[in-house]
Amino acid sequence: MSALDLVLRAVAVLAAFLVLPLLVGQVEHKVMAHMQGRLGPMYAGGFHGWAQLVADGVKFVQKEDITPRAADRWVFRLAPAVALVPYLVALSLIPIHPGVAAVDVPGSVVLVLAVTSVGALGTLMAGWSSGNKYSLLGGLRAAAQLVSYELPLVLAVASVAMAGGSLSLVVLAERWSPWWLLWQLPGAVVFLVAAVAELQRPPFDMPIADAELVLGAWTEYSGLRFALFLLAEYAGIVVVSLLFAVLWLGGWHGPFPETLGWVWTLLKGLLVAVAVIWVRVSWPRLREDQLQRLAWLWLVPLAVAQLVLTAAGVVMGW
Amino acid sequence: MTERTPEDTRGRGGLPGILTGLATTARTAFRPSHTAEYPDVAPTLPPRSRGVIALLEENCTSCMLCARECPDWCIYIDSHKETLPPTTPGGRERQRNVLDRFAIDFSLCMYCGICIDVCPFDALFWSPQFEYAETDIRDLLHEKDRLGDWMSTVPPPPPLDERSAEPAEVTAANRPARGTGLVGKAPSARPPRTVRPRPVAPDDGSAAEDPS
Repeated sequence: MSALDLVLRAVAVLAAFLVLPLLVGQVEHKVMAHMQGRLGPMYAGGFHGWAQLVADGVKFVQKEDITPRAADRWVFRLAPAVALVPYLVALSLIPIHPGVAAVDVPGSVVLVLAVTSVGALGTLMAGWSSGNKYSLLGGLRAAAQLVSYELPLVLAVASVAMAGGSLSLVVLAERWSPWWLLWQLPGAVVFLVAAVAELQRPPFDMPIADAELVLGAWTEYSGLRFALFLLAEYAGIVVVSLLFAVLWLGGWHGPFPETLGWVWTLLKGLLVAVAVIWVRVSWPRLREDQLQRLAWLWLVPLAVAQLVLTAAGVVMGW
Repeated sequence: MTERTPEDTRGRGGLPGILTGLATTARTAFRPSHTAEYPDVAPTLPPRSRGVIALLEENCTSCMLCARECPDWCIYIDSHKETLPPTTPGGRERQRNVLDRFAIDFSLCMYCGICIDVCPFDALFWSPQFEYAETDIRDLLHEKDRLGDWMSTVPPPPPLDERSAEPAEVTAANRPARGTGLVGKAPSARPPRTVRPRPVAPDDGSAAEDPS
């Protein structure tokens, strides 16, 4: 890998990391608005408010960056970066075109899962360091939720890894076949539910339940640091959607994969992102106890059952 | 997601409820939205909308009724008396009020419309015009000329509802003259209906005229 190649890949990932979350955010603005009988942003940028999130970013940059006196200063300031950077790493591991990922490592499945778990640490740091009881409660709720949903998430991905016989995302996407749509369906559902919970998006947004906890771990943040948390949330949607598209929907599999492969991957990812938004608009928030019941009584058993099914399938040579 | 606590038996709950939620939002997404794009598209306001109060200065006699009835005293009136020379030789001099200042402070006004209701000479009108926000609150004090400018935005009164009673003015004008049709008199002796009371000719030219 030459230096130029390295720089090119890094720039490409950074560009995707800055553009795709904004795209998802804009889609959320518009889809949510229409699902609620509104129009959403219509002014910024001229055409159907396409520049709304750019304008929001400019606004956030102009705002005062406040660090509360009671806060644990360095942890507080570091938390947004800890929340954001893991998703950048995860995004660089996801293959979007046949054999093309910004970083192609043999154990990319494990690395993606490990790295996205670190992202949750940012929320925990923010909650702990803010010096605010609402932030602390939000952070603790986030920790409880992440511990619960990490397990079904990993089990669901493990099932796909078993079915494909590899720990590399590129290889897994290569070996994907339409039969997986049915075979791996329970695991796909488990992954999607657990991933939305990992992202702390509605209906699993207990950690930032604004009616109870102001804004959970984000309460004390303002200006650019708050914007970074928001960006982390949408980058998380991008990573999760692309991961789901690659593992369960076959990534670049489609007509003309050699030329249009990346289009199919992004399109499938967008579809998943819209589903995540759709769920957010449609369903009310789960209570804390319902959240835990769902994880331990439904998702974990379902994921284990999927694992057994996959093992049987692999042994029988389906 | 399909779980329900044992005591929760309301509604259908569970999976059907969740799917209904998805279907509802999806259906709404493909229907036209209800948003009115206000600054680009003027809103269609209902008749008798209360936007701003317009003053028809010629009708005002400075009687102060509006200022006195105003619940938050946001109407300011200054006037002085003027003596008019007699119109006929040896006649009596007459006095009339001249309006010097008429101002409504819209930062205080609560848009109750009592001033318009109490005005006995139809000098105040509701206008549906509502775009007069100011960056300085003191600019919301509209003086006589600005209130007069709003008159051009006053719409004609909406048509009466079907089968509604005639307006009071029409009923009064059509009433038979006093002192006729006494009880016990023969109907043939009745004077013709065309005899109507005529309004006394106004002396100062400020007769109620139709503002629109």
